[in-house]
Amino acid sequence: MTDIDRGARRRFLGRVAASLGAIGVAGCDQLSQSDWFPRVLGSAEKLNERVATLVTGRKAMAQEFTPADLSPTFRSNGTSNPDNPAYQALAASGFADYRLEVAGLVARPRSFSLADLHALPSRAQITRHDCVEGWSAIGKWKGAKLSALLDAVEPTAKARYVVFRCADPMDDDGRSPYYESIDMDDAYHVQTILAYDLDDRPLPVANGAPIRLRVERQLGYKHAKYVMRVELVESFAHIGGGNGGYWEDQGYQWYAGI
Amino acid sequence: MNDTSPMPAPPPAVPARDLYRRHALPVRIMHWINVVALTVMLMSGLCIFNSHPALYWGQSSYSGRPAWLEIGATQDAQGRVSGYTRLLGHAFDTTGVLGVSTDDGQMYVQGFPSWLTVPSHQWLAMARAWHFFFAWVFLINGLGYVAWTIASRHLARDLWPTRSDLRSFGASIVDHLRFRHPAGEAAKRYNVLQKFAYLAVVFVLLPLVILMGFGLSPRLDTLFGGWVGLVGGRQSARSIHFIIAWTLVAFVAVHVFEVIVTGLWNNLRSMITGRYRVPQEAVHD
Repeated sequence: MTDIDRGARRRFLGRVAASLGAIGVAGCDQLSQSDWFPRVLGSAEKLNERVATLVTGRKAMAQEFTPADLSPTFRSNGTSNPDNPAYQALAASGFADYRLEVAGLVARPRSFSLADLHALPSRAQITRHDCVEGWSAIGKWKGAKLSALLDAVEPTAKARYVVFRCADPMDDDGRSPYYESIDMDDAYHVQTILAYDLDDRPLPVANGAPIRLRVERQLGYKHAKYVMRVELVESFAHIGGGNGGYWEDQGYQWYAGI
Repeated sequence: MNDTSPMPAPPPAVPARDLYRRHALPVRIMHWINVVALTVMLMSGLCIFNSHPALYWGQSSYSGRPAWLEIGATQDAQGRVSGYTRLLGHAFDTTGVLGVSTDDGQMYVQGFPSWLTVPSHQWLAMARAWHFFFAWVFLINGLGYVAWTIASRHLARDLWPTRSDLRSFGASIVDHLRFRHPAGEAAKRYNVLQKFAYLAVVFVLLPLVILMGFGLSPRLDTLFGGWVGLVGGRQSARSIHFIIAWTLVAFVAVHVFEVIVTGLWNNLRSMITGRYRVPQEAVHD
């Protein structure tokens, strides 16, 4: 075979490989845009949740760290200052008028002031916060145990999820308030708290003041900031886009343990 | 010719078109499933990486120590954007490939270029969906392969190095460097470098890349009081996950190179129909 043949063949094979690659990438994009294929891919989510729960156990504890491991400053992500006049008014008065509403499938609906929340059994923990983007930061959180708050309002037997409604609007028109939801295993977990302190100081606005959920065995977007209302529900199908959270409605997994 | 002296046995006549069955059907099926699964895992993994294109050592990304690898973009006073890659404190201009790349004539700020990612543009939720679905395909296929390779004695018979393999280690390196390929009976067996490469990939790199992926899960990290600390922490696990992924790419590059130089069509056929034509011994005068 001559060098010219060889060169031509090499170029031809190179072009074939490049074309196949381009077709492959375009094919993946088309599948991503389809109705059915993301549903097929999504079938792995339930499997991930079941297997992770089975392997680790329902009460598995997230790793805790020492003060030496703390991140020098705890990064703010997502909303850093809610564009919401009602929230801004609360913040201006140091959240003196803040009330956390607890409602839905509970025997004794009521609201909690910050002082009420401070009076509930609390827990402090130094944990690693893992963002879905890939980064991690370590902070010390202190807050009311969610289990204690739930004991005070007595969820009914039908309650399956706890929904957190937040003060931060996620679109420019001031709509689409952030929300999240967790199941009862996570709600009653020892490390699940409504945090009011970060690194021994009152929680800054950038990190979710006055109250932020900590649900340590899941990724960062589950840790709702600026929590205004807690709702116990049987299903979240009628809330927002019906997927259990703001980011879930944008296609992110409801189960964020992985 | 002397009738009394023993005749050397004539070499077995291998007809030019003699095909023998090299790869069993399960291996061929699992090989191609693996090609698809690993390709999707790599490309969706790079799309996930692009949402925070920096790697750290330790538990946290914000420990006061900088990232050991960072891909990013800067803009100068004239508004020109350029891509950079900073490795262990040394910055390189990687405009066009890393940090800033073009797609359909448009400049994009993104870590790895769109032709290397699934989906091709920044879409973290979808990239995660691809990654986790094909992780199951890859895991089940891999466990099936390991079970088959042990049960069928493929591992003991074809992959485990023999004593004479180990003795020929040096010679095999020289053969590879000179592109001298075995012929005749020797071509029916894996050579020692090939055996070590396959064993290292199957029993070291692939299990480790899976384990490091598990280490990124906050739920799986709860096992044994934080086992991910054994490799330095979650961000170390993310770094190792990334490094092994590229080590696997390097393996595939060498693998495909060897497939091409030892007979592309013959090798491809043997991984599709199973049949491989044994190269003839070179005739020396």
